Amino acid sequence: MIRFDRVSKRYPPGVDALSNLSFEVTEREMLVVNGHSGAGKSTLLKLIAAVEKCTAGAVLVGGQNVGGLARSALPYLRRRIGMVFQDQKLLFDRSVFENVMLPLSIAGFPRRDAAQRVRAALDKVGLGSREKALPVMLSGGEQQRLAIARAVVNRPNLLLADEPTAHLDSETAADVARIFHEFHHVGVTVLIATYANDLFPDARRLQLDHGKLLP
Amino acid sequence: MKIWLTHHREAAALALRRLAAAPVNSLLSLLAIGIALSLPAGGQMLLINALHLAGATSAVPQISLFMAANAERRTTTEIESRLAKYGGIKQVRFLPREETLARMKANPGLRDVIEALPDNPFPDAFIVTATDDRPEAMEKLAVEFRQWPKVEHVQLDSAWVRRLDALLKLGRTAVMLLGALLGAGLIAISFSIIRMQTLMRRAEIEVSQLLGATDGFIRRPFLYFGALLGLGGGLVAWLLVGAAALWLRAPLGELVRLYDLTLVLQNLDARDSALLLGAAATLGWLGALVSLRQHLRQD
Repeated sequence: MIRFDRVSKRYPPGVDALSNLSFEVTEREMLVVNGHSGAGKSTLLKLIAAVEKCTAGAVLVGGQNVGGLARSALPYLRRRIGMVFQDQKLLFDRSVFENVMLPLSIAGFPRRDAAQRVRAALDKVGLGSREKALPVMLSGGEQQRLAIARAVVNRPNLLLADEPTAHLDSETAADVARIFHEFHHVGVTVLIATYANDLFPDARRLQLDHGKLLP
Repeated sequence: MKIWLTHHREAAALALRRLAAAPVNSLLSLLAIGIALSLPAGGQMLLINALHLAGATSAVPQISLFMAANAERRTTTEIESRLAKYGGIKQVRFLPREETLARMKANPGLRDVIEALPDNPFPDAFIVTATDDRPEAMEKLAVEFRQWPKVEHVQLDSAWVRRLDALLKLGRTAVMLLGALLGAGLIAISFSIIRMQTLMRRAEIEVSQLLGATDGFIRRPFLYFGALLGLGGGLVAWLLVGAAALWLRAPLGELVRLYDLTLVLQNLDARDSALLLGAAATLGWLGALVSLRQHLRQD
């Protein structure tokens, strides 16, 4: 499903975030990318969603070289990918419901069908009773679950998560990890960048160090 | 098609909500745009009324011959028959001094002054319409008439009509120039407001892009916002011009009555009103489009 072919990413003024990375992720697989801060985990996820472009090599998603996509084609790639961001990127002036509704509005779902999907996604992450709340009224764990609900409401076949359990206590982190496992079990390909080793014991691991894959 | 319509409906509703969310800001912006637009719109309103006024007056160049006050009726009759036979004259109208006096007395502003005079101060007069109304031909006729006996004064009446026509042309150019300048101003206002909005909503734009929003999806509510801002400003301008027309109607009517003319100051007609509102909405939309294009290009 995802293939990195000798991928390098260099940020100005010459900092190598990733160096000559090659690996594959198969469909319905759960992959965890481990590494210390600055190892290149976030950059790796950004290359998949074409938020960044690699400076060498090719990143293929579903056989498509995402680095070569035109700007006008990027939205359609991103609609097929669910993304949970390190800083969550919630809209704090919109309710929980409206935050989760946003990807469906973008995709042009009819309002009634979309509302049903939003409620189903919120129920799945345990926020069914908080749909009218604003994100600031939620705890850290709830905000993270809201971000997950927004990422999966479009029912993507690929879910990317960047440090989804950072800043959470161990109990809440385990709860969030359980949600990712559930999506993996229903056939979603899950790719998680995290420093936490123990939360995803069944997942395949890639270890990054200073932008290079460790054997 | 259904998705496209849904996107437009939601974008328009969102733009309306954003306008309503900051009522004081929105009102001040609408006022700024409205006042700016009211200048060319008001100019157009005055111009249209001036054109009506000019249309009510004779636009055909004429020559007025005023007889001497002591001219006898016989001399006047001779001049009348001489004019009737003279080549190059299309029409002659005789204005007896008694008729002029009666007409002037009918004017309430002049009646008292005229009645205070011991005699009729008006001479007999002829209004001559020439077949050739070119200025040089008219001037040639005037020179000829001045030499006739007991003709005290010859006046080319076309001069003021030409001056009025030139003034109206100048007015039309000034309104167009003002319209173009303030139209550009509206684009600049809309550009700045939308620029502020995009900066305030930078996070929302970024998140939408990451979730798969196209540039069109991101642009749409801002474009509707710009168009609504322009339309609202146009409406304010229309109301201001309408209020000014109502306010000026009585004093202006009184003023033109002193010149023996009639004018009921009219507001912009349906065509000009639609043009004002349409142009305002389009310019607001254009300002937003330029602003968004610049913002999205930076991303």
